[in-house]
Amino acid sequence: MTDASMDSAPTKGRLTTVDARTKKRNAAEKRFKAYGLTAILIGLFFLVVLAVSILRSGLPAFTQANVQVEFTLSQDEYDAAEGQMLKTKAYENLFIAALENQLEERGLEVDFDAAAIERLLGKTGGTIREFFLENPDRIGTPVTFDLAASSRVDGYLKGRVTRESVVDSRFLMVSDLDLVDALRDAGIITSGFNWNFITGSDSGVDNPGGAGIGVSVIGSFFMMLVVLALSLPIGVAASIYLEEFAPQNWFTDLIEVNISNLAAVPSIVFGILGLAVFIQFMHLPQSAPLVGGLVLTLMTLPTIIISTRASLKSVPPSIREAALGVGASKMQTVFHHVLPLAAPGILTGTIIGLAQALGETAPLLLIGMVGFIARAYPEGVASGFIDPNSAMPAQIYTWASRADPGFYEKAWGGIIILLIFLLTMNIIAIILRRRFERRW
Amino acid sequence: MTLLWLFLITLAIAAGAFVLARSRVLAQSGQDRRKLHSLPVYYGSNAAMKSAIPALLVLVIWLIAQPFVVNNAVSGMISDSAIADNSSRGLVLAEVRRAADGLDLAVASGALTADQATDPQSDFETVTSAIEESGAILTSQITEPVLRAAQAFRAMTATGKRLMAGVVLLIAALGALWGLRETSPEFRARNVVEQGVRALLIAAASIAILTTLGIVLSLVFNTIEFFRLYPASEFFFGTNWAPSFSGRGGASDLGILPLLWGTFYISIVALIVAVPIGLFAAIYLSEYASPRLRAIAKPMLEVLAGIPTIVYGLFALLTVGPLLVSVFGDEGLGWMQAGTAVMTAGLVMGIMLIPFVSSLSDDIINAVPQSMRDGSYGLGATQSETIRQVVLPAALPGIVGAILLAASRAIGETMIVVLGAGAAARLSLNPFDAMTTVTAKIVSQLTGDSDFASPEALVAFALGMTLFVITLGLNVFALYIVRTYREQYE
Repeated sequence: MTDASMDSAPTKGRLTTVDARTKKRNAAEKRFKAYGLTAILIGLFFLVVLAVSILRSGLPAFTQANVQVEFTLSQDEYDAAEGQMLKTKAYENLFIAALENQLEERGLEVDFDAAAIERLLGKTGGTIREFFLENPDRIGTPVTFDLAASSRVDGYLKGRVTRESVVDSRFLMVSDLDLVDALRDAGIITSGFNWNFITGSDSGVDNPGGAGIGVSVIGSFFMMLVVLALSLPIGVAASIYLEEFAPQNWFTDLIEVNISNLAAVPSIVFGILGLAVFIQFMHLPQSAPLVGGLVLTLMTLPTIIISTRASLKSVPPSIREAALGVGASKMQTVFHHVLPLAAPGILTGTIIGLAQALGETAPLLLIGMVGFIARAYPEGVASGFIDPNSAMPAQIYTWASRADPGFYEKAWGGIIILLIFLLTMNIIAIILRRRFERRW
Repeated sequence: MTLLWLFLITLAIAAGAFVLARSRVLAQSGQDRRKLHSLPVYYGSNAAMKSAIPALLVLVIWLIAQPFVVNNAVSGMISDSAIADNSSRGLVLAEVRRAADGLDLAVASGALTADQATDPQSDFETVTSAIEESGAILTSQITEPVLRAAQAFRAMTATGKRLMAGVVLLIAALGALWGLRETSPEFRARNVVEQGVRALLIAAASIAILTTLGIVLSLVFNTIEFFRLYPASEFFFGTNWAPSFSGRGGASDLGILPLLWGTFYISIVALIVAVPIGLFAAIYLSEYASPRLRAIAKPMLEVLAGIPTIVYGLFALLTVGPLLVSVFGDEGLGWMQAGTAVMTAGLVMGIMLIPFVSSLSDDIINAVPQSMRDGSYGLGATQSETIRQVVLPAALPGIVGAILLAASRAIGETMIVVLGAGAAARLSLNPFDAMTTVTAKIVSQLTGDSDFASPEALVAFALGMTLFVITLGLNVFALYIVRTYREQYE
């Protein structure tokens, strides 16, 4: 025994009495534990903040303020309007008269002019004229028009735009907001589910209200088809070779090193590869889901290879030995026995890889899937692989980089849809794993 | 004949070869399978393989090679005098391709007959006006040499396509015949098929090498091209980043240092956020947490890693940025001008990296042998003393590796900095200033309107090369550390 331990020898009696030093050590222990718990709570707190801010900012994108006006056009009015020089203007005047009537019926007196209506609803005359030109039989019967309010009116009703913020705006005036309030009280402006957001295509930079994510969902879908069709067979074949057949030599080592490095290469570098090889060198079309799919395939391959190898490895050697023992060749052993047993794991890994690819944005920016507006919807959809299209994350980026705050709401809404897709894919992967997981 | 049909017909030939070879070998053996060397399906597969694989290989190679051959031939048709002063051969060739597309459109819409479009003696005026009317996208007026070259381009592309279809189908048919001829009961079909499958497996595994090669080549060639237009020393040591988009060359300052500084500053802020939180979370999860808490908290934290980076980018731009401005901005402490800043991007990136650090460290802490902990407890150390003085020192190299991997992630991250860090390249120490990074500038230089031959666009490849080298170096170093020290306890 050394002198030091002699000094701290139990001089104060019993072990159960807590001396100052033990107290200090126990306090340190508690503090340390608290740090750990705090760290976890901070992490979870960030997750909650993220989820809340996505939901709070994104959910309004799914509703849209509509103005419903019942409108009867007599044959005389129709003839008179068609006889004028400014045809749509004539329809607009008729529309305003109808709206005034409707307000009066409900006992509301608000003054407004054509310019105010234009700020609220955009050009209404054209829409109405088009309707009656296409449906001449509806002339003389009451028709209810459901017109989308402008994004600023929409924002006012959702609380995004306030009376103070429109003071300097030339798009909306404070007096317009009085009109909006009156219309809301009269039940003429109602809020409905915004189907156009889910099915529609991107709109111009000045029309956030009309923007929809539908076309880019289709673009993403085509890209995922390409990724699935290429990365699953290639990834599985590569894993089978590396796990079951590859001899220990420099070539195998080279492949292994390459795969582990590719898994860590920044995604933007894959975008550069796609731009240089697929677009500049091979002259494949820009903005095409085919090119996006090829780039994402190269990105996803390492993920799929790593998970496939893990599930091939988990098949016990006894299966292989049994198959070889009854006379199967090495190839038959792998394809008839090992691969089917590893299939659930491979499928799970593939779905997770696809989910990763679905959310990837940076490489798509470089191959030109940004800022493109598919106006020819839905004609442009059928031959989807080489026609220019957008993808969900690229569309969200496009909206986020526009100046009008109306688009931010759309970007958050797009994120909700993207996350719903990712969540579904991950849940499917988890269910598959639970359902088919096998313990050897 | 479209590509899809060619592909399908080739597959049909292969399927036919399969059926024929299979029935042939069965007929030869008099329906007695015991006389065959392999199962009948292998004879069929052999014939199908020999028919389809060489044909499809030729198809792919032809598709890649044809544009080069045609481009070269057409390029020879355009004399140097036909190229305007402010243009280049590449631009004229692009014009030729567009004119050829225009001819296709014109024929499709019926403005031109197929003969008019192909006839090199056809009237220049009618053809060009027909192209313009058909709605083709042309950047400038078509000149006579461009139109003739476009016609030649169309003719050669069409001949090439016909020739390709012929050659591919011929190869498929010959392959099928070869497979059929080989088919006899003594033929060792299974061995041949298995060798073929093995070759396919090797080819699939080699795609990883090809991808790396593709990345390196596309970066290296364009970087060399860039350094030919812009001195390398100014790129690596220049402290000013000011690309000009109007002028061609010379006028831009393309120094990488401000971008590298922005990249490292943001990454450091991110690591300052992620490392303590991630590390403490990992320690708690692996040493203290009950199995139930672990089963809930670990997947919840990992959700953060599964969220796409565009979501974090938007979170930085629209939630964290405004929040920081309200505290540090003009109305608060007055340090911050706008929502996009190093702090915004770094903070959000830190959140993204928490699960990355925590799950890697968790694995490493779990790999420390229990006997070391038991030894420490036996000497009377508390749990936290054991962790701090035994477990963490043992796991330190692995944790350093994990942090380096996280750093490489942070350096390569794009969307958060594109949306959250701002666009101004500057060398500043204030974390509330807007700065920009290598990745953000790659995006902005390659998505702009400048043409791909200008130094302003080519600089993106040099930036990509720098990024690739840095992240690769970090990864290799981190993996090396992790691997060397993991062996200590195995």
